[in-house]
Amino acid sequence: MTTLTINGQTHEVDAPDDMPLLWAIRDLVGFTGTKYGCGRGLCGACTVHLDGQATRSCITPVSAVGEREITTIEAIADDPAGASVQRAWRELDVVQCGYCQSGQIMSATALLRGNPAPDDAAIDGAMSGNLCRCATYVRIRAAIHQAAETLGQEVS
Amino acid sequence: MHVLAKRQDRQGAASPLRMVNVSRRGFMKGASGLALGLYMAPLLGRGGGARAADDGGEFAPNAFVRVTPDGEVVVIAKHIEMGQGTYTGLATLVAEELDADWASVRVEGAPADTQRYQNLAFGIQGTGGSTSIANAFEQMRRAGATARAMLVAAAAERLGVSPGSLGVSRSRVIHEASGRELGFGELAEAAAGRPVPGEVRLKSPERFTLIGRQWLMRKDGPAKTDGSARFTQDVQLDGMLIAVPAHPPRFGSRLAGVDDSAALAVPGVVASVRFPSPTRGGELVAVLASNTWAAIKGRDALTLEWDDSQAFTLGSEALEADYRERAGRPGDPVTARGDAAAALNEAERVIEADYVVPYLAHAAMEPLNCVVELGDDGCTIHNGEQWQTMDQQQVARLLGLEPERVTIHQLYAGGSFGRRANPVSDYVLEAVAIAKAARDQGQDAPIKMVWTREDDTRGGHYRPFNYHRARLALDADGNLTAWHQRLVGQSIMTGTPMESMLVEDGIDPTSVEGIAELPYAVPALNVELHTPGDIGVPVQWWRSVGHTHTAFSTESLIDEAAAAAGRDPYRYRRERLDAHPRWRGVLDLAAEKAGWSTPLEAGDEGVRRGRGIAVHQSFGSYVAQVAEVSVAGDGKLAVDRVVCAVDCGLAINPDMIRAQMEGGIGFALAAALHSELTLDEGRVQQSNFHDFQVLRLDEMPEIEVHIVPSAEAPTGVGEPGVPPLAPAVTNAIHAAIGRRIRRLPIGNRLEA
Repeated sequence: MTTLTINGQTHEVDAPDDMPLLWAIRDLVGFTGTKYGCGRGLCGACTVHLDGQATRSCITPVSAVGEREITTIEAIADDPAGASVQRAWRELDVVQCGYCQSGQIMSATALLRGNPAPDDAAIDGAMSGNLCRCATYVRIRAAIHQAAETLGQEVS
Repeated sequence: MHVLAKRQDRQGAASPLRMVNVSRRGFMKGASGLALGLYMAPLLGRGGGARAADDGGEFAPNAFVRVTPDGEVVVIAKHIEMGQGTYTGLATLVAEELDADWASVRVEGAPADTQRYQNLAFGIQGTGGSTSIANAFEQMRRAGATARAMLVAAAAERLGVSPGSLGVSRSRVIHEASGRELGFGELAEAAAGRPVPGEVRLKSPERFTLIGRQWLMRKDGPAKTDGSARFTQDVQLDGMLIAVPAHPPRFGSRLAGVDDSAALAVPGVVASVRFPSPTRGGELVAVLASNTWAAIKGRDALTLEWDDSQAFTLGSEALEADYRERAGRPGDPVTARGDAAAALNEAERVIEADYVVPYLAHAAMEPLNCVVELGDDGCTIHNGEQWQTMDQQQVARLLGLEPERVTIHQLYAGGSFGRRANPVSDYVLEAVAIAKAARDQGQDAPIKMVWTREDDTRGGHYRPFNYHRARLALDADGNLTAWHQRLVGQSIMTGTPMESMLVEDGIDPTSVEGIAELPYAVPALNVELHTPGDIGVPVQWWRSVGHTHTAFSTESLIDEAAAAAGRDPYRYRRERLDAHPRWRGVLDLAAEKAGWSTPLEAGDEGVRRGRGIAVHQSFGSYVAQVAEVSVAGDGKLAVDRVVCAVDCGLAINPDMIRAQMEGGIGFALAAALHSELTLDEGRVQQSNFHDFQVLRLDEMPEIEVHIVPSAEAPTGVGEPGVPPLAPAVTNAIHAAIGRRIRRLPIGNRLEA
């Protein structure tokens, strides 16, 4: 058995060492907001946070997680940056099909935690690994700027 | 599907009603083999009266709306929500006539039920061809108006006043004279007992309070930003097994041997099952496991032998050579207006050009999947379901059931771009066939069939590879005198239940939509089509269907003509659109907003910039786009900005129209820049996003969308943003560096 700490709760999962964290989270624990898109770390739909770092769960074996705390989309509202990102996403109606958006929001939140006022180049760098086939990119960019602004106001 | 809009154009009929009639008749004819029966459009407000639900005084005056005792307004969406915003759009229409409080409106996906939930443009239940808002525009409004009238009648009785003295605002019925008011929730039970009115009056547009408003937020926004939105991939049922099938390496390969010993040794794998493939021929094998990872690992551990004797084994180069050869011969006549041959003989100048576009996968972010529960006397499907009637019929046939024994629960689809409406129900039937075989082999469990990204990329049903050969004649003044174009591409409709309805004299209208009635004034137009029937690669509609390739060639060719004539490409188009004011309207608007008459700002040193324009009509909507590009000294291309003008009739949800234009531009830009499937001796060479590349955020241009104000009947926006983008970009490249791009994707060719 492997112990995973997900969204502040510990879960004992019966996962082989090579099982990607994605499938442990989805199939064994039951948090389905984290998505399968490619299985190769190419699309970002599976993005979660490990100790706050954006991580592709589809290529991270459960055995590599160790003691790190896992945060998924289901708990990102508890993070002030995550909450501001979610709010901006809703205010700008970013989503279309929505399948990639959990991953987008996790990557955007990690970006804002490390860089509270990212410019377009920083957004390009942090977000170009998250594919959106509906191409909601114009609004993703705008929403990150907006979230940074509201987050900055909350802090100051 | 899309053809329906096309036929509407051909017959010059602008009214949705006409489209309904044409298409329903057609579908009945075409689909008679599936015993669809004669479905009547739901006659709202006539018969089939209201019902009070058993549990607690709910008011359900018709199939599309319910009002709960606590005042929630539930709109039942007959169309799938796959990103295009239909749930919000349909809810807007109902809520408008109901005068509902937008915040209290919730949307549920409708079950499969052709009689109640058919697409009035198709005569069957299904979503496609950018028809959702167009076909449901009046129907949803009537549903809302009917409910409103009954709530008002109930309030009138309770307050002892005449219905005419009551108004409705934000889910409250108000008697202004006395200041009394009642909420929808308080009235729900009483309204359910009222007779359904025979006629209801719909609002005139100046009384709209929701339609056309910017502030309405998407109904699916909250669930899609907190992880709670349910997609097919997210379905978890007690005892459910995950099934991952092994698909043949080539289209038409037959399974000749299976060694599943390594697969069965994977922890979590429960069984491997052989099943007759409903659409690929022969038997296939799937691995069943208690979790997705084990099922994938088990499937990958199968040792399989394949018989390729009936497989398609051509490579892309050979296929292109074959198409090129066909393009040199006369094809089936599509359009023959004027004497193109004579005009070409007499021309001052002839433009000859070949245009080529590749096979494309839809590559929705959610790889294909489907959940099946087999019962004793029925079957339940959980799916992001785009093609209800056909899938229900086909599943029923496979299981030997009556169609109404097949229940389909609607879920969100993680994109589709057409793929989930498969004309032969490929992935749904595969899931059912696996579940059936599993049960027969002792695994009686709900089955979630999952395709990996690789399976999805290589699964077939692609946008067809197309080869176009054109000859354009110009006179001494640079005027177009003849346009001759030959298209070579597989038919999407042939071999499907739609064939008999749509394919006439060998012409699949979806192969030639967008060019058969070229809008430009040209004395001679000659369009011919070759439809190779011996290509084993399954093809399918892909967001904007035939327009994906016809817009690219025609809007490039008109640009070539303008360049040859030494004329401005915007004005050259404009002068040839006298008879088409809506085409010209979007063209003018895009040009004006893009600042076409002022020079493009120069780039950095060594960077050449250019601006290109294109205009196209598809599915009844008109879209023009101006693209601005930069080409660096090393050939690196950037699409900096796209200005888009759209005329889709009355704008129901302006912000979603903008969103669909933005998304359509990004989707089309992926195909223009990167995406391509190639074959090596019949094997699809790409497998995942590293080699089937789609657009990333850092490549997304700035986008401006302008909507033409219009009182015309609303038309769709899911697809029409796609067609003009590629030619707008390649025309811009020509403006920047003088190089004409006639083959997509552009890739890194400018860097060579």
